[in-house]
Amino acid sequence: MHPSDPLRRVLVIDLSKRAFEVVERPDLFEASIGGAGVAIRLLEERCPPGADPLGPENPIVFAVGPLVGLYPLASKTVAMFKSPHTGNLGESHAGGRSAVSIRMAGYGAVVITGRSPGPTYLVIEDGRVAFRDASALWGLRSSTTAGSVLREREGGSGHRSILRIGPAGEAEVSYACVITETYRHFGRLGLGAVFGSKRLKGIVIAGTRTLPVADPGAYRREYDALFRAATTSPAMRKYHDLGTPMNVLPLHESGALPTRNLRSTRFEAAEAISGEAMASRFLGRRLACSHCPVACIHLAALRTPHPKEPYFYKTSMLGYDYELIYALGSMLGIADPEGILRLADEVEIQGLDAMSAGVVLAWATEAYERGLVAKDDLDGIPLAWGDAEAYASAVRRIVRRPTDLYRALARGVDHASSVYGGREFALALGGNEMPGYHTGPACHLGFLTGSRHSHLDSAGYSLDQKPPADGGERTAEETVAALIAEEQWRQVLSSLVVCFFSRGLYAPDVVARALAPLGIAVTPADLDRIGAETLQRKWAFKRREGFDAARLRIPERVCETETPLGRVDADALRRALEHFAALSS
Amino acid sequence: MAKRLYVVDVDRCVGCQSCMFACARRAGVGGTAGSRIGVRSAGGMRKGFIVVVCRACAEPPCARVCPTDALAPREGGGVRFRPELCVGCGNCRDACPFGAVSWDAAEAKPLVCVYCGVCAAYCPYDVLAFDEVGRNVDASE
Repeated sequence: MHPSDPLRRVLVIDLSKRAFEVVERPDLFEASIGGAGVAIRLLEERCPPGADPLGPENPIVFAVGPLVGLYPLASKTVAMFKSPHTGNLGESHAGGRSAVSIRMAGYGAVVITGRSPGPTYLVIEDGRVAFRDASALWGLRSSTTAGSVLREREGGSGHRSILRIGPAGEAEVSYACVITETYRHFGRLGLGAVFGSKRLKGIVIAGTRTLPVADPGAYRREYDALFRAATTSPAMRKYHDLGTPMNVLPLHESGALPTRNLRSTRFEAAEAISGEAMASRFLGRRLACSHCPVACIHLAALRTPHPKEPYFYKTSMLGYDYELIYALGSMLGIADPEGILRLADEVEIQGLDAMSAGVVLAWATEAYERGLVAKDDLDGIPLAWGDAEAYASAVRRIVRRPTDLYRALARGVDHASSVYGGREFALALGGNEMPGYHTGPACHLGFLTGSRHSHLDSAGYSLDQKPPADGGERTAEETVAALIAEEQWRQVLSSLVVCFFSRGLYAPDVVARALAPLGIAVTPADLDRIGAETLQRKWAFKRREGFDAARLRIPERVCETETPLGRVDADALRRALEHFAALSS
Repeated sequence: MAKRLYVVDVDRCVGCQSCMFACARRAGVGGTAGSRIGVRSAGGMRKGFIVVVCRACAEPPCARVCPTDALAPREGGGVRFRPELCVGCGNCRDACPFGAVSWDAAEAKPLVCVYCGVCAAYCPYDVLAFDEVGRNVDASE
């Protein structure tokens, strides 16, 4: 690392004492690069065993990496915390401006501990942290308003990031998210609830600085090679044109698009909610994360007539991605893209993880159909497939929690089904509601074993779509080995905090060449070792907090509904989990 | 002929800030502090972006208010900066109605466009153009 690179500086904020300090920790970044690798070390240091996820002892760690501010597509911030949703390792990544802002403020990581005596928001700048009173912002109806207020009150446009929670975070719904720059999220595993438990409404991070490099000539050469690859590769072009919703139709056509709580995998309205249809009817603007030339963020312009006043319209700009269209669209049988967007707007206003929210509503709909829950449990508003308006009301009730059922739904489907039954169709894997892929056994094995129970951990869906070269079937052992190998490499990418969409660009030798001009000498073999070690540390944290892969619940629905590769064999899945448990202990 | 930057299609700006990083990288460094071009949201990203460039004025107000002639008009439009004459008063920064004079806080000196066109070469969406002064008169700004 360059001797004057501020990456080594860790900002530690204690909300209870309203105090902060800057700690020099080059050791962390030299051993584990940054991002996920550094975050898990800080979590080990700061999170006591058995910590209450919503207690002051649960730390929030944000970490970035050496490429941020220097190379394109190094745009992610990794957050780590103990998850109130699973009671275990919480890890969530977000783009937007947060990574560059943390780096430009002069830090490699930020740790937030304690609990503020009253609602607060933080303003983080170079060498300065302000604890601002947020009591007037607490209880705002919309996360969007909170963002606008912080934007107006604090300066530094263009060089800052604004993180905030909505009502769901304040209410500590276990899958509340943190929103950054309106359109990106620390979506999964309940970071928003941890903010809420700390009375932390938001964080403004701002700064601007110069980052020195060891070899400017080599730096420019490596930069140009990466920039050219990022702007000319057809894969990146697709992310810019249609964005992630380009996946809706291929998944539907192959029979892998979870529909109506995974009772089927093809959605008759897939055309209407496809990336192509969304773009042609609604696309209003595309945005980029800081230092990303790809610009995959797609905003829909939705024009809504006023319910009473003629000739009065409001036009909202609403972000949409594949996972959102799956969770708030096909999973709920919503065929009307306007309905999906209105529901997404409500999820955003409340500040919930869209994926968990959709799966929770899908479970509740089926539970109501089957008579496991009554209309009264639903506060008098029945849920039915496709009824976007009822779902939007339900989203508000998940936060307001007027009944025991809604109190249970605010903790996810694993919990709700443990109270009301319907375990067999409660689609949580490892405690986290399923992502939008039913491609075969590897995707579900990946959701179950991935260190954050996300489709992004080990990309099992991709493995399902690439059968072995000899045309046969992978054994359980081979599948587990392939998933672990992928997850190990992704630890490197998420320690560098490059976007996973650029994983094709940032190959091991390219990473080593990009780091060299910064004064960081690593070989591809070093990177592999760091990736493996980071994953081991995450596993160790999870074991410490009670995780046992061999005891994971497999919802029966996963094995009943056909995938493109046929039915998932429950026994084979169980054997694979036992194999994974043996390897990871 | 003297060249300058044009913001030819601001509606295509996605806010990636590649231009800003390119400008800083001319000096062989990363980060944004060294950038002489500015991209910021137009009041929340939903409203798009404002791209601030030096438009190479024929009678540049930044040069007019410089007490030491550190900023002097360039032939054909725009300014030339001679840092050895600069006293860091900041008048130039305040005089530009577009905010196109950035400020180097560490050195207490202005960062003004040097009309090299590197930023335009790194704009992935043709928001920026680098062309002769007066040539691109129909461009929207």
